[in-house]
Amino acid sequence: MKVNGLEVKNFRAKVGLEIHQQLNVGSKLFCECPITESDEVEYKILRYLRPTQSELGEVDPAVMFEFRKKKANIYIYNSKSACLVECDEEPPHPINMDAIKAAIAVALALNSKIVEELHVMRKIVIDGSNTTGFQRTVLVALDGVLKADGLDVPVQTISVEEDAARLIEEREDAKVFSLDRLGIPLIEISLAPMETDPKTVEKVALALGRLLRLTGFAARGLGTIRQDINISIEGFPPCEVKGVQKLDLIPKVIEYEIMRQYHLYNVAKLLKERGLDPFSSIGEYMDITEVFEKTGSKVIKKALDDGKKVYGIKVKGFKGLFKMEPYPNVRLGLELADMARAYGLGGIIHSDELPGYGISLEDVERVKVRLSVGESDAFVLILAEERDHETLSALRQRLLQFFEGPVPETRGPTDDGRTRYSRPRPGAARMYPETDIPLIRVTRELIEECRKFVPKPWNEVLKDYMQKYGLNEKLANQILDSPYLSLFEKVCSTTKLSPTLVSVVLTEHIVNIGREGFDTSLLDEERLMELFRLLDSGQFSKESVVEILKCMCSEKVGVSECVKKLGLKPLSEEELNKVVHEIVESNKVLLNSMGERSFGPLMGMVMEKVRGKADGGKVSKILKEEIARMLQEIQRSK
Amino acid sequence: MEKLDGYSGDIKRLLEENNVRAGDVIRVVTLDREYVGTLIPRYEYASQDFLTLKLLNGYNIGIKFDRILSIALVEKHSPPSFKPTPPKFRSENLPHAVIVSTGGTIASRVDYRTGGVRPALTASDLLSVVPELAEIAKVDAEVLFSIYSENMTQSHWTTLSKKLHDYISRGYEGVVVTHGTDTMGYTAAALSFALKNTPIPIILVGSQRSSDRPSSDASSNLISAMHTSIKAPFSGVYVLMHGWVSDERMAIHLGTKVRKLHTSRRDAFKSVNTKPAAFYENGEIHVLLDNLPKRRPPSSFEIFPNFDERVALIKFYPNMSPEIFTYLHERGYRGFIIEGFGLGHVNSTLTPVLKKLVKDGVFIFMTSQCIFGRVRLTVYDTGRDLLEAGVIPLEDMLPETAFVKLSWCLGNFEEAKVLDIMKANIANEYSPRTVLDEGEWFGS
Repeated sequence: MKVNGLEVKNFRAKVGLEIHQQLNVGSKLFCECPITESDEVEYKILRYLRPTQSELGEVDPAVMFEFRKKKANIYIYNSKSACLVECDEEPPHPINMDAIKAAIAVALALNSKIVEELHVMRKIVIDGSNTTGFQRTVLVALDGVLKADGLDVPVQTISVEEDAARLIEEREDAKVFSLDRLGIPLIEISLAPMETDPKTVEKVALALGRLLRLTGFAARGLGTIRQDINISIEGFPPCEVKGVQKLDLIPKVIEYEIMRQYHLYNVAKLLKERGLDPFSSIGEYMDITEVFEKTGSKVIKKALDDGKKVYGIKVKGFKGLFKMEPYPNVRLGLELADMARAYGLGGIIHSDELPGYGISLEDVERVKVRLSVGESDAFVLILAEERDHETLSALRQRLLQFFEGPVPETRGPTDDGRTRYSRPRPGAARMYPETDIPLIRVTRELIEECRKFVPKPWNEVLKDYMQKYGLNEKLANQILDSPYLSLFEKVCSTTKLSPTLVSVVLTEHIVNIGREGFDTSLLDEERLMELFRLLDSGQFSKESVVEILKCMCSEKVGVSECVKKLGLKPLSEEELNKVVHEIVESNKVLLNSMGERSFGPLMGMVMEKVRGKADGGKVSKILKEEIARMLQEIQRSK
Repeated sequence: MEKLDGYSGDIKRLLEENNVRAGDVIRVVTLDREYVGTLIPRYEYASQDFLTLKLLNGYNIGIKFDRILSIALVEKHSPPSFKPTPPKFRSENLPHAVIVSTGGTIASRVDYRTGGVRPALTASDLLSVVPELAEIAKVDAEVLFSIYSENMTQSHWTTLSKKLHDYISRGYEGVVVTHGTDTMGYTAAALSFALKNTPIPIILVGSQRSSDRPSSDASSNLISAMHTSIKAPFSGVYVLMHGWVSDERMAIHLGTKVRKLHTSRRDAFKSVNTKPAAFYENGEIHVLLDNLPKRRPPSSFEIFPNFDERVALIKFYPNMSPEIFTYLHERGYRGFIIEGFGLGHVNSTLTPVLKKLVKDGVFIFMTSQCIFGRVRLTVYDTGRDLLEAGVIPLEDMLPETAFVKLSWCLGNFEEAKVLDIMKANIANEYSPRTVLDEGEWFGS
């Protein structure tokens, strides 16, 4: 397989995709709260979650990871977006059947087998994102096939579940969540692992997203659809990257993960070749604070002032391995740093980056003596408190795991397509029945009712759209994928603007200025509607739309204020005539030599002067008339 | 071994023919698919033509019987053998305490294989689920009843008070009673009257979220209750539950002044017509009331454990027929607690009937369905007529507490003493003064 231009030899990677799409079905899944974003604070609720013991007394690694951190959870509550159900202070209300209907419609579209009697389950999640300590989830259908980009991708399961609370802040002592998102219905579709190139996976995700959007139940906008991606290289268990929000990040994340896992595989092989074994290689962690008593390192001094200690671990035979970077941002040093961060620890330093951080060569020598570090060995320094021994063990554990190749874990994506450790992989799903919700019988009548929501194939919808609005294929695709689809339809039905113009503004101009670094999240539907209304009534020309959008992204002022600020009041016919006349008048030489062909350069000159204040079509018409008039005049005078 | 709970008829026959029990892994072939999973018992009221299977991915699904072609056993289930690990730390210097359980599950573990929830019943089991308890006391545990609290009766109160008297007399320094929340207020009142001069605080505790959930309030309530019973400077009978919906502050309520005022919130229990006796927060007890009995030597500890069942608590409603009272009297009822309107009023057509009943030796007392505030029968004619008829107003006593107290009076004392005892303040059931507060419970 080729990744990023590099040949990853003799390896096959498998990629499983799981899509979570918020459903816009009027209210939440188990209560009547509206679906609305609000982090207004009316109350703050403080809670602790406690792992429930299983019958076997087993300890789930992911559950223990959270419990060890002993963090409080603080929930921000407001009455706009949540009720007692989200607070875990009232039993769930009956399930929102529209969410179930949406899932059945999707199941029908994917040719899945619909479960005849639905059982709502509780899936244990104790990272605080669910006030109950579990997520309610119900399996609606099994099997099926997604047709995408010429591929037949098998579907494993389709389920409906409640979305988690929104993490707002992660403090040292507590996690802060907003309850507004908790309980929003999600449809979850799991696809069977694919052996294909990363770009194709993106296309598969796009096809599935489109199918969901066409049901009309899908919520739109950033964060309403999230992808989880399972990636494994042959012979090793998968790592799960959770919560990829943007499609174009999918291939990047997959490529990075494959390179990372491949590097871990190579490291394990290398260690074996060097004849090293984990238990004699990786030392115990030791308190070596006294070595740094007189250090000049500000980083270490600050940590000591904060009551932390310096712990050292000797790593035999690892010299140079921590900084080895065969692919961009793939290093063992980064593996350790990411893990420390997940445990809430900032300071981790390895010998490959020393001297550095103000740690002098003398400091390094003292550490080497203290830890009996030899020429080919490495060491790791961890700045931690005494009570952080769980984290210290976990980091030491990670060092031991470098001998095994890639290990299963849950990771999160970064904005640039890298992935970072977030927690261990949970064991077999811990589910038990949600006895507060009665079983739901899926009758033949219910299935028939859902048939009307089964979307037409994308191509047909696309054709309809092109015909109805006179759009070309590219624009029709773009607007159908766009979060602004409903705004587009509203603008087209309430203004005389050309649908092509509207779709270009919504799917190209906004995207482009976003790439230039403008904060397009400020462009809510209300302000955009205002923009189109003013454009429609001739308050400014379509050429100034981009400038106005940029202004709207820079400050939250009214659209007309932006127009005023940019001085974009359109020229009157008289003013425009004057400008055109002046330019033609002062370019008589050109006119004389080129005749009618002088239109091109003259048009450029006029537009430079009136851009944003006059419509191009109008300018062209006036200019043509003016040229004709002048040429006649010249003729006559000859 | 799980039986075929919830299965009947043809489906049960098919399972039996294939030697399948709940908990076994089976293969089910239907008209369009094959499923492998664990057979799960059906709920009692679930429809009978489905089979519940827990798939390997953890989800349960129902499969319609008439679509099943065959069932085959894949793997017999061997029941899980859980051995609770003994707590590491059990210092001999810690006080002796006991947790008496009356029903519900204050601690449990989930069998994720079948989804069953199993209560932790023995002391060692409890300690392995809530290990914090072992740091507070040497804890014993007894399951006295296993009933829903709505099924509690006067005879359960009697058994429970005798049991607690026994434990305390044997020198236990901490006593916690776990109780379903629906009637915990009634039981707390019953124990408040039955156990006189308790040397230590007896703490009743429950949970509003079941103990199988990670968010359960059960263990935090239980741990706080154990601390309180061992450390609090007061004695008597109290209910400890969350003070608000956060897991921060626990409210400790007088057993005679507490009422469940919400169906589902963690802070459902509130003190009525008084502040809570104390709060428990971060291991500290903050006493709010100054009239609480102190911890004391056991020398004067006494028990009056009997309750008469021939007492009724009647909520008066508009145009309620007086016949209800005469009927109950004919059936042998000896006393009534009326929940009247407002200051303690009922339709005046009832007054002559009550007058006759009092004459016939029936004890009739007035409380208010307003819940908050004090009855006062001297303000309006209706009230004065009731007084004249022999109805005794019970000040600011909760109707439920009044009901328990009358049942207790008639169970332990001769009739001549009943009126005096009902009027006496025995366990802080009366507050002579009601001070102004925020009034949050009536929505201001």
